[in-house]
Amino acid sequence: MIIHSLTFYMFAAVAVASGVMVISARNPVHSVLFLILAFFNSAALFVLMGAEFLAMVLVVVYVGAVAVLFLFVVMMLDINFREMRHGALQYLPIGGLVGIVLLAELVLVFGSWAVAPEAADVATIPTPDPTVVTNTHALGSVLYTRFVYLFQAAGMILLVAMVGAIVLTLRQRDGLRRQSIAEQNARRKSDTIEVVKVPSRGGV
Amino acid sequence: MVDFWASYAWPTAKIVLYIIAIVVPLLLAIAYLTYAERKVIAAMQMRKGPNVVGPFGLLQPIADGLKLLLKETIIPAGANRVVFVLAPMITFILALVAWAVIPFGPGVVLADINVGILYLFAISSLGVYGIIMAGWASNSRYAFLGALRSAAQMVSYEVSIGFVIITVLLCVGSLNLSDIVLAQQNIWFAIPLLPMFVVFFISGLAETNRAPFDLPEAEAELVSGYNVEYSSMAFALFFLGEYANMILMSAMTSILFLGGWLPPVDVAPLNWIPGPVWFALKIAACLFVFLWVRATFPRYRYDQLMRLGWKVFLPLSLAWVIITAGVLVAMDWLPDTIAG
Amino acid sequence: MNPLLADYLPILIFLGIAVGVAAAAILASLILARQKPDSEKLSAYECGFEAFSDTRGRFDVRFYLVAILFIIFDLEVAFLFPWAISLGTIGMLGFWSMVAFLGILTIGFVYEWKKGALEWE
Repeated sequence: MIIHSLTFYMFAAVAVASGVMVISARNPVHSVLFLILAFFNSAALFVLMGAEFLAMVLVVVYVGAVAVLFLFVVMMLDINFREMRHGALQYLPIGGLVGIVLLAELVLVFGSWAVAPEAADVATIPTPDPTVVTNTHALGSVLYTRFVYLFQAAGMILLVAMVGAIVLTLRQRDGLRRQSIAEQNARRKSDTIEVVKVPSRGGV
Repeated sequence: MVDFWASYAWPTAKIVLYIIAIVVPLLLAIAYLTYAERKVIAAMQMRKGPNVVGPFGLLQPIADGLKLLLKETIIPAGANRVVFVLAPMITFILALVAWAVIPFGPGVVLADINVGILYLFAISSLGVYGIIMAGWASNSRYAFLGALRSAAQMVSYEVSIGFVIITVLLCVGSLNLSDIVLAQQNIWFAIPLLPMFVVFFISGLAETNRAPFDLPEAEAELVSGYNVEYSSMAFALFFLGEYANMILMSAMTSILFLGGWLPPVDVAPLNWIPGPVWFALKIAACLFVFLWVRATFPRYRYDQLMRLGWKVFLPLSLAWVIITAGVLVAMDWLPDTIAG
Repeated sequence: MNPLLADYLPILIFLGIAVGVAAAAILASLILARQKPDSEKLSAYECGFEAFSDTRGRFDVRFYLVAILFIIFDLEVAFLFPWAISLGTIGMLGFWSMVAFLGILTIGFVYEWKKGALEWE
């Protein structure tokens, strides 16, 4: 058990430390790299809880995909970081105000926190024994049938994201000559080559 | 104290020994893969290939390694030093740790985790980081362009690899790699899922940045792309990582489609040969095709590469997921998955 | 120890060893090889002139589009994993709910194809 606690404290400490570094690093690329480190440690914490599927999906989706996009975005920034630090102080009042508003909202939310009446019943549903049923299988046996509406809603959200990304980023450029493979393959010799009998001294 | 030795030190020492037993042959295999590559391509082009250092040039990879070790490590002045050194290390580390879950034979596996295939999928989706970080940290145009291209290429083919893995999982009913191999006792998945086998292999070429998809390195335009600023061991780590990924991709192909450690047919002379030997033979066969492809095909153009990934492989593999699932459900051939 | 975690311990040790090997390789080279940098050696590779500007500039927005589309399809694959291994127990409803899910996303895929988002120019 001692190894278990030691690894937990190690991963938790690194996760928190890299979280702090994400917001305090000067260079945004370093921030993203620390964010990735934080994701990794969270994945390790998931494994410690026995949620191996979630741990792997966290790595696949957040580290393998989302953080790649973040990196693309921050790599493009060619900001002079020294200038940026100069300006940071003058935004302090506005930033503080936003922080206070957020804090007030959080207090209000937690103040009026109420547990739904069904929640107690849901919590008593026996979870399958992880040594008998793997948690991937346990997830699969309810996600697509019992939670079918939520699952379809997730599909709709992904569709909106896909359409939104295209609408926002796609710009048609003019004057491009695109390759049309179908057209190329459909071309026959008769369409392009004509054998002409040229009379002597007559020209075409 | 006795308790400490029995319950912690001894198991840990055993694990470390297992890991050494994986890493050392792997590093040797990488070294001799570079030798095999040069010999095979030389033979295909009717040349001799390395034949000076040692008998048949067999010591050539060792000599190359030593030479790289004794070169100066150059970190460009405009580079981000930490990220610059970290990038090749990440490529190499990822290429190594993926081997932790690979089953070499029945029960011969270091970490027999329930989500083995997902672990491999996760590790291979991280491969793009070493390259992006190298390109960004070098602060060199060629490296940056190479890294961008490579990142977009790897993520594009990652998607079809994911769908292909799903079609295999439909026939297995488990994410455990040993279960995937054992599900192929009657027939290798390469036969019923032949189109997916081809898609997976070609995507594997793209994922490992191998010819004909070696655009990130395109010598002609990008002077070897993301690793142009690297020298010495930092370069060697990229190189080792890349070749380790090739071997890993071949191992994944063998596990998913060619029955892993299983003999082709379970009859007397064939099943005397131990499983790890079969596994190694299958990996070697896949690697040979990797090299053969490099000697045969010209490089793709970038727009053709993206077209192949997004407009051919993605719809094809997605359709195959539905077809496979439909057939399995309709025929009631689904694997029994109560045990997960 | 929990048998599930016992499976993951080797991976953690493996990770440690891999980090060690990688760091040792770079350190060994730093110690063994003669380091003698000069300003020409340390300049970025260019075609015979100094680089005109910092490299980390803007690049084509298409790379972002590819990254976003990748995230979406990756999530789709993540949803497929549990489905693929539990299809035997969730019956026809499970099968058709995934078909509907993929159908919704196929609409998006057709849209991006028709819009030319998959075109690389």
